[in-house]
Amino acid sequence: MKDENASAPLLQVRGLVKHFPVKKNLLGRTTSFVSAVDGVDFDLRQGETLGVVGESGCGKSTTARLLLHLIEPTAGTIRFGGRTVGSVALPLKEFRRQVQMVFQDSYASLNPRLTVEESIVFGPMVHGIARHVAQARAHALLERVGLDPVRFAGRFTHELSGGQRQRVNIARALALQPRVLVLDEAVSALDKSVEAQVLNLLLDLKGEFGLTYLFISHDLEVVRFMADRVLVMYLGRVAELAPTEDLYTGSRHPYTSALLGSLLSMDPDRRTVAAPISGDPPNPIDPPAGCRFHTRCASAQAVCAKGAPGLAAHSREHWVACHMFDAGSGHGSAPAKAA
Amino acid sequence: MIFYASKRILFTLPIMLGVTIVCFALVHLAPGDPLVSVLPPDASQVIKEQMMALYGFDRPYHEQFLRWLWRALQGDIGTSIRTGRPVSTEISKAVGNTLMLAALATAIGFLLGTLFGFVAGYFRDTWVDKAASALSVFGVSVPHYWLGMVLVIIFAATLGWLPPTGAGPGGSEDWKWNWVHVQYLILPAVTMSVIPMGIIARTVRALVAEILSQEFVVGLRAKGLSELGVFGHVVKNAAPTALAVMGIQLGYLLGGSILIETVFAWPGTGLLLNDAIFQRDLPLLQGTILVLAMFFVVLNLVVDVMQTILDPRIQRA
Amino acid sequence: MPERAQEILRSPGYWVTVWRRFLRDPVALLAALVVLGLILMAVFAPWIAPQDPFQGMSLQRLKPPGTEGYPLGTDELGRDMLSRLIHGARISLFMGIVPVLCALAIGAAIGVVAGYSGGWTNTLLMRTVDVFFAFPSVLLAVALAGALGPGLFNGLIALTLVFIPPIARVAESVTTGVRTRDYVEAAKASGAGALLIIRKHVLGNVLGPIFVYAMSLIAVSMILAAGLSFLGLGVKPPQPDWGLMLNTLRTAMYTQPLLCALPGVMIFITSIAFNLMTDGLRSAMDIKT
Repeated sequence: MKDENASAPLLQVRGLVKHFPVKKNLLGRTTSFVSAVDGVDFDLRQGETLGVVGESGCGKSTTARLLLHLIEPTAGTIRFGGRTVGSVALPLKEFRRQVQMVFQDSYASLNPRLTVEESIVFGPMVHGIARHVAQARAHALLERVGLDPVRFAGRFTHELSGGQRQRVNIARALALQPRVLVLDEAVSALDKSVEAQVLNLLLDLKGEFGLTYLFISHDLEVVRFMADRVLVMYLGRVAELAPTEDLYTGSRHPYTSALLGSLLSMDPDRRTVAAPISGDPPNPIDPPAGCRFHTRCASAQAVCAKGAPGLAAHSREHWVACHMFDAGSGHGSAPAKAA
Repeated sequence: MIFYASKRILFTLPIMLGVTIVCFALVHLAPGDPLVSVLPPDASQVIKEQMMALYGFDRPYHEQFLRWLWRALQGDIGTSIRTGRPVSTEISKAVGNTLMLAALATAIGFLLGTLFGFVAGYFRDTWVDKAASALSVFGVSVPHYWLGMVLVIIFAATLGWLPPTGAGPGGSEDWKWNWVHVQYLILPAVTMSVIPMGIIARTVRALVAEILSQEFVVGLRAKGLSELGVFGHVVKNAAPTALAVMGIQLGYLLGGSILIETVFAWPGTGLLLNDAIFQRDLPLLQGTILVLAMFFVVLNLVVDVMQTILDPRIQRA
Repeated sequence: MPERAQEILRSPGYWVTVWRRFLRDPVALLAALVVLGLILMAVFAPWIAPQDPFQGMSLQRLKPPGTEGYPLGTDELGRDMLSRLIHGARISLFMGIVPVLCALAIGAAIGVVAGYSGGWTNTLLMRTVDVFFAFPSVLLAVALAGALGPGLFNGLIALTLVFIPPIARVAESVTTGVRTRDYVEAAKASGAGALLIIRKHVLGNVLGPIFVYAMSLIAVSMILAAGLSFLGLGVKPPQPDWGLMLNTLRTAMYTQPLLCALPGVMIFITSIAFNLMTDGLRSAMDIKT
């Protein structure tokens, strides 16, 4: 067993909830809302890459934005290095220096009126670093992400390719010398060849700067390549959380199995036989009662429509939220209650 | 749909309240004594105070406002200081005349505007388009009161084809739909139509160009639909917006007729406003502006709701 | 640290690009030159005008254009038309530009604050703006000028109030569009406060469109101001003002039609020049990337 301290969570998320109002009555009172994120718990450990997967609309990106307090959570706490974010011990501004984000849309995430250099120095200057120091840092980082500062520092966003822009975004995020990088579909919009280059760059940077990644993607192959552990989300809730190889070879939650079943394997023997998911995800304004996946689950039983399963440890590192693995839940496949 | 309409009406109420506040405040914005125009300059202090009390000018502002609003809701928007008649009586005749003028002008402007806009949008970037665009720049740049004078110089003073000013032998009291009267309407209506024409032409040109470049039109052409069929689709898609712009323009003309009515001495609300301002008849000024602004608010509301009915693409929850 | 071997290559900035595109548009350039000429004419009016615009010769009333000594004729009080038209550019340009600038400063501030704050601040500010928007602009201008009474300063106040609501609306809508952009989120994520984000990331992206919109209002403001003068609600005689001249020369419509159309021609030329210049600037700023 490894040193206990090393696996103590760097970032701890508990009971994260976000409701968006979607409908108002004549008096302007909210009558219904989307629960985009509905009670999410997870830990991010120092030095790891935690992958987050799920269909679009499952709350992955909302979770990322909640993490950085870009939107205010309805409920829940986030602790960083043991201190609550937003408290006196850890003001939001300091937390934001430590946790940075790279967005999916490389074009929209760079101010079109600023040069590459101006975009990168903005963050450090907010934190009181002198312009010439910030500029030197920006040039060094551009060099490091593979863009010649002489050629690129004075350019504008629209003069760069998608891959180049995403490298600028990575440099911009690193300019604050953060400990955690949240990568929200950061490579999803790139061409496959460029994607591979950027992924390798991210792996190199992680080792070099001692970074921790929260890697959000809908691409299961990319997540398998990048992540140490993977968190599967369905309709705003955590379905399964496990070490990457455990999850890809021995998934427990029917939703995870179905997701993986949709993957085409190069090796015919490894193709799973799990039933593909049928239909569209339910309307998040009016999510199903009980387990949110029961409307599409091949193994659903009566109990699944009644109570929502909690996230329980299946093995030491493998967590599942499914009645089939919850002893005494009443599901036919559930193990008997421990004696 | 009914939900949307009722919500829209509910949102209009605070705006209407705001409009009444602005109209009320106008009188108190005016420098000097509101009674200056009716009282002789050597009137004694006692008479002055009696008159102030009579018109309620001696009360605190909020009380004056509430009294005024309460009366306005019952249809009493004050008494003209100059004539002593109710403001509503003075306005009603004028509103009819202005409405007649503005409606005709909007119709002319809409017909010509859509024609130019369609031609320009269809033949985009050709000389036809450039000519039509130049015409619409002309429309939005020309000081229309001056255009009115030029038209009078040409068609009345020089050629003598049409009468220069007024509303005909019957005046505003006895209007009839015959040539003797209608000829008085032509020059002001044509002058006025230039304002919406330029704006409608621009809107329609942009609409047509956009619709023609959309994929579904390309698809229709690829499927072999005739040009007439394509034209039908363009009309169907452009109509709701074009009609909405027309409705709003009618509102602008109703409220903005003062300059043209002054040039042509047309007995509408504009001329009434002009009289009210220069004779410092503040209740008349206030009442006329209130009526015109309310007209505009209601017209906007109607256009908005109509557009939702006409255009299924606009989904409003 | 070693001295950098090469100087960093700098791309031309946005406004440099816009300026170059503008210079390639002949119509817009011509319009801009006309505007510049009118401004110079207004500034140097006392030196350019051949005669005193206030001094009339009672024997030389209403002479047609081309009269000896009066290239554009004389007005109803025997004053030189050319000199009065040249001097008239001062008030017309002033009333075209200054109310729009005042309204731009106030309206943009309201709109940007409302758009960036969202929520209740937005609702409160924009609903108030909507009340003034509920008046057709001519009606509002006439009502305010009518209540305040004639005069240059009152006209300025009235027109400023007329143009604040439309500018605030445009500013609010472009700011709302920019506020949700990822680069604003990224700036927030780097710990910057609202004022710094507005200054560095929002203003640079919204001021351009707001400014172009405000420029398109200059012609409207000038026509409206001349209209107020025409009604007798603007400057007082004997000030040389194109709108007022139109009004006073109306009596000569039958005897000297050409003469009495002249001030309107000046208003028309000026407003066309401003409109074409604005159109050119708008398309120069519309850079597809």
